[in-house]
Amino acid sequence: MAEQTSTANAWPANPADLIPAGRKRLGWGLLAAATLGLLAIIVVQILYKTEMSTVGFDTWRPVVYAYILWGAALGAWQVLTRGEDGQRALFLLPALLFTIAMVIFPTLFGFYIALTDWNLSSFTGRRFNGLDNFWQMLADPYYRNALLNMVLYVLAVLVEYVVAFGLALLLNAQIRARKFFRVVFLLPLMLSPVAVSWMVGKSLMEYRFGPAATLARHLGWDNPAFFSDPITARISIMMLDAWTFIPFMMIMLLAGLQAMSREVLEAARVDGATAWQTFWQVTFPLMLPVSVTAVILRIIFKLKLADIIITLTSGGPGGATDSVSSFIYREYRDRSNVGYGTMLAMAYLIIIVVFVTWLLKVASRFVRNVN
Amino acid sequence: MSVQTTDYTVSEIRSPAAFITSRVFIYGALVFWAFVCLFPIYWTITTSFKSAVDVTQGHLIPFVDFTPDWKGWRSLGLSPDSIFQTSTVRDEFFKRFMNSVITSVGASALAIIIGSLAAYGLVRYRYKFAWFRNEDISFFFLSQLILPPVVLALPFLVLYREVALLDTRIGLVLLYTLMVLPIVIWIMRDQFNSIPVELEEAALVDGLSIWGAFFRIVMPIALPGMVAAFILAMVLCWNEYFFAALLTSTDAKTIPVMVASQTGSQGINWWSMAALATAAIAPLAIIGIALERYLIMGMTAGSVK
Repeated sequence: MAEQTSTANAWPANPADLIPAGRKRLGWGLLAAATLGLLAIIVVQILYKTEMSTVGFDTWRPVVYAYILWGAALGAWQVLTRGEDGQRALFLLPALLFTIAMVIFPTLFGFYIALTDWNLSSFTGRRFNGLDNFWQMLADPYYRNALLNMVLYVLAVLVEYVVAFGLALLLNAQIRARKFFRVVFLLPLMLSPVAVSWMVGKSLMEYRFGPAATLARHLGWDNPAFFSDPITARISIMMLDAWTFIPFMMIMLLAGLQAMSREVLEAARVDGATAWQTFWQVTFPLMLPVSVTAVILRIIFKLKLADIIITLTSGGPGGATDSVSSFIYREYRDRSNVGYGTMLAMAYLIIIVVFVTWLLKVASRFVRNVN
Repeated sequence: MSVQTTDYTVSEIRSPAAFITSRVFIYGALVFWAFVCLFPIYWTITTSFKSAVDVTQGHLIPFVDFTPDWKGWRSLGLSPDSIFQTSTVRDEFFKRFMNSVITSVGASALAIIIGSLAAYGLVRYRYKFAWFRNEDISFFFLSQLILPPVVLALPFLVLYREVALLDTRIGLVLLYTLMVLPIVIWIMRDQFNSIPVELEEAALVDGLSIWGAFFRIVMPIALPGMVAAFILAMVLCWNEYFFAALLTSTDAKTIPVMVASQTGSQGINWWSMAALATAAIAPLAIIGIALERYLIMGMTAGSVK
C-alpha cells in the first residue's frame, strides 16, 4: 500500500531484500489475519442486525475495536515487511487512519441519510426517498434566507479586517505597555461564544437595564432594541462575532507587520513619502500575503458561525439572523428532521467547498498580480 | 530595535504639535479598544456580586454605588459561606467542569500526538500512497479545516448511537481531536520545517533509530511549538458548543452547554448567570494571559514567511 522513495540526499533507503523472508511472511500473515477478523466481525454484525442470525453484539462498538486492531496490524505489517521505510510510514498512519475513519465514512453515510425521509419523532423510521429532500430544499425560503445571511456575514469579515489592521498598526506603533494592550486585545478570543452571547448579548445589550442600551439612549436612540428588527439584529450578531474574532486577525497582521523590514520603510521616508503614502504604497502591498491568509482563515471560521446565533436569537426575529448551521441545528433539535437536515448540511458542504476553492484560486492570483 | 524605531517615529512626524496629536490619537484609540475588550468582562464579574436592584438601576462600580454581595456565587454554591455546605448546583457545575477539562485536554493531547507524528513524517519523508503524494496528503489533512461541524454532526449522532458513544466523553474527545487536528498539523509542520535536518542525520550516524531520533532529538526542540498547538487546541475545544449540544444529554455535558441551558430558563436571575459565565470563562482567561506568548506563536505559525 505505502511506497516510498527516499529523498536523494537525506535518507538512504534500506534495501527491502535485506529483510528475511520469514519476517515478511509474519507481517503478511498478521495483516491477513487482522483483515479477515475485521471483515468477519462486520459480516457477523450485519447478519445480526438484519436478524438473519442470532449471534452478534448489541452495538457496533466491537467493530470500532476491530478497526483499531486492524490499524495496529497494518502498522506492524509495514514495519515487518519494509523495515525502515515501514517505520517512516508509521509516522503518518495513525493520523491518516483516524481521519479517514472519522471523516470519509460519516460523510458518505451523511450523503445516504440526505436521501432518506427520516424523522426521529415519527414511528415509520428511515425510508429512502431519493431526491425529495433536494427538491424540498430548493423550495425552502428559510434555507435560502440562511444562505443569504451567510453572504452578509462573510462580507462583514472585510470590516473586521479593517478594524483588525488598525489595531495591529496601533500595537506596532512605538507605544508603552505594548504587552499589556496585546494581552487585553487578545482576551475576547479566549472567551467561549456561548458565555459571550450571555455576557454581551443578553445582559449588556438588554433592552431595559443593559449598559449598552442605556448608552444608546443617551446617544439619542430612543428605542435601543438590538435584536427585534431584522437589520439591527443582523448587525448586532455581526458585532458580537467580530468582537470575539477580531483578535485572531489582529495577531496575524501584527506578526506580519513585525516581520516587515525596517529598511523599506526607511527608504520610503527618505524619498519624502508621507505616512499616508507610505502606508498605501509600501506597508499595505507588503502585507498583502499575510492579509489574504488572515482573511481566508477568518472566512473559513465564519462559515461555521452558529453558537452565538443558537444561544442568543435562535435565528430570530423570523429567521432574520439565521446562519446555515444554526438553521440546520434547529431543524434537527426542534423538528427532529434528520433526513432533511442532513440534505441541507450536505448541500452547504458542497457550496462552501466550491466557494473556498474559488476563493483560494482568486486569492493566489490576486497576490501574484499585485506583487 | 527600540533606539532605531524611536528615531524613526520622531523623524517621521516633524513638528512637536503633530507628534503630540499623534500620541494622543494612538493612546486614545488603544484605551478605547481596551475598554471595549474589558468592559463586558468587568460587567460580568461585577454583576455576579449584585442584587436585583443594583442590576435594574445600572450600578457599575462596586463599593461606590453598590455594596457587593456573594449572591451569584451563593447560588452556585461557591461563596465563602456556602462552600462547605452541600450544594447540588455546585456538584452539577463541577461535573460539567470536569467534563470540559477531560474532553479538551484529552482531545488536545491526542491531536498533538498523532498530529505531530504526521507533521514530522510529512516534513521529513517522501510518501506515496497509491497516487497520493506528500502535497496531496497535507492538503487532505488541512482541508478538514473547512468542514463545518454541522456536516458531521448528524451522521455522528446516528453512528455514535450505533457504537454506544453518544453522550460519552470519549465520543466528544474523538470529534474534538478531528476538529483541531488540521490546526495542529499546520503548526507542527511549520515547527519541524525550522529544525535543521543535520541534527537528525547526526543522530542516525550515532546509531539512533528513526523513532529514537524523533523522540530524543527532535521532540525536545519542537516542544515550544507543541505547547503552542496544545494551548490553541485547548481554547477551541473548551469553547466548543455545537457538537456538545447535539451529542451529549446528561453524562457528558460540558460547561458551554450548561451555560446555554441556563440562559434560557432563568430570566432576570442575572447574578447567578453572571457567576456561571465568570466561572466558565475564568480558566481560559487565566491560561490565555499566562501563556499568551505560546498562543500568539500558535496563531502566527506559517502565516509569516
